[in-house]
Amino acid sequence: MNAPAEKLTSAVIEVENLVTYYGEQQVLDDVSLTVNEGEIMVIMGGSGSGKSTLLRYLLGLHQPDSGVVRLFDKDITDLSGSEWMAIRKKMGVSFQGGALFNSMTVGENVCMPLREHTRLDENTMRIMSRMKLEVVNLSGFEDLMPSQLSGGMLKRAALARALIMDPSLLFFDEPSAGLDPVVAADLDNLILNIRDAMQVSIVVVTHELQSAFKIADRITVLDQGRILMVGSVDEVRNSDIPRVRNLLSRTSEEQVVDADEYLRRLTGIVD
Amino acid sequence: MAAEIHSSRFRRASERIGRQFVTGVEDFGYAAALLVESLFWVFFGRWWQQPVRLQSMVKEMMEIGVLAIPVLAILAFANGAMMAMQGIYTLRDFGAESQVINGIATSVTREFGVLIAGIVVAGRSGSAIAARIGTMQMAQEIDALRVMGVAPVRYLVSPILVAMLVMLPAMAILSDLMAILGGGVITMLELNIGLGSYFERVLSVLEPADVWQGLSKSVVFGVLITLVATANGFNARGGAEGLGRATTRSVVLCISAIVVADMIFTFFLIL
Repeated sequence: MNAPAEKLTSAVIEVENLVTYYGEQQVLDDVSLTVNEGEIMVIMGGSGSGKSTLLRYLLGLHQPDSGVVRLFDKDITDLSGSEWMAIRKKMGVSFQGGALFNSMTVGENVCMPLREHTRLDENTMRIMSRMKLEVVNLSGFEDLMPSQLSGGMLKRAALARALIMDPSLLFFDEPSAGLDPVVAADLDNLILNIRDAMQVSIVVVTHELQSAFKIADRITVLDQGRILMVGSVDEVRNSDIPRVRNLLSRTSEEQVVDADEYLRRLTGIVD
Repeated sequence: MAAEIHSSRFRRASERIGRQFVTGVEDFGYAAALLVESLFWVFFGRWWQQPVRLQSMVKEMMEIGVLAIPVLAILAFANGAMMAMQGIYTLRDFGAESQVINGIATSVTREFGVLIAGIVVAGRSGSAIAARIGTMQMAQEIDALRVMGVAPVRYLVSPILVAMLVMLPAMAILSDLMAILGGGVITMLELNIGLGSYFERVLSVLEPADVWQGLSKSVVFGVLITLVATANGFNARGGAEGLGRATTRSVVLCISAIVVADMIFTFFLIL
């Protein structure tokens, strides 16, 4: 199930001491991680752990406040426009809600990156998009509008669009969120199949334990903006870090009660 | 104690004014940046692998201009007719009813033709554009564009800007013609002046400068509507309610912007 990650050496993503703020609030605190070529890295954490924020930085949608994010050995803060373009073409992203363009059919959505980045003729593009739709088991749905698809189909269509440029780095944001267990399991299998067939590195952001354990080569556990641990599935499963255990056993976290702080919060008096 | 309360109230009020002022300056800067960026893509996009496609410009032109022709024609015609009625009624006291033609010709070409065109476009497209971009923003479609290597401003704003710059002057001319025709029908009925001699009088009264004044305003209106509507779309936050707020705000701001800009323009052109 899980390919040995050790034999792979070169890193496609390197994050060093990433610190980010949302307004005045610190979201990520000193996050460092690497994703190696060909591995499936799952970034796991509860709501508000900063995992979605981390993904946005990995996608280069924001510039880090401090620290370094390197994609394919290039620091994203000093990339020129054409270098960015080259990297964008090697990346595919499947967003949480699919993020298909609602004004286009499924087929046009899948074709969109080809249309923007290549000079292929219409026929070739159609054949290529059908191939990718075939991969995600959506053949025959290309003329439907995204609003006519179910949740699972939307995610698969988004995956087809992410795959169309044959990326070497794939991102998934909450692939199984909002899906029933059977459909979610199908999607997990699909992710594994794609990794085996296409030799891509995959980053999956999720809060679903089952899915994470099934697909991951390595898991990064994120909590309150900090990395709790990075390790293989077994290492995470057998971890004795209390907060990781809480996450795994779904125990609610005890809030540390500070009486003075509590009073201050209630009265709103700042001294 | 009382003085303290007053001073804190005063402080809060002045703080709010200050904040709103800063937000206003921010919005203005944001719109200016949008304008510069979308013009950049229009002229130089081709060399940055970000061409602004003719197809999408034509689509916007249809949406913004061609589909608005019926409603614009009716409104302009009605407005011209009303001006003729009011003009004849007012001028009757001086026994100078036929002077109404001069009034209609100049005020329509300089002012009302283009203003009606602007308000029609602001009402129809100002809301539609903000709603479309706002929906895309919330469904992560804008992020999807960016990670695909498609500059959102190039893809979404530039075609609209070009379409507005082409269509608004054209619509202003149509609006002029329809309003003058509306006035002509009323003068024919009320003053027994034939349409032929009415149009002759109109042409002899009008100078190219009158028409140019209207057309130059239409260009400004086009830019304003584009920027206000797209900026409101990009900044839409907070689900369905936020989207509703953004569209309402967009229409109100579009119409206010063009009316105020019209006044400023007229002030400098006439005085």
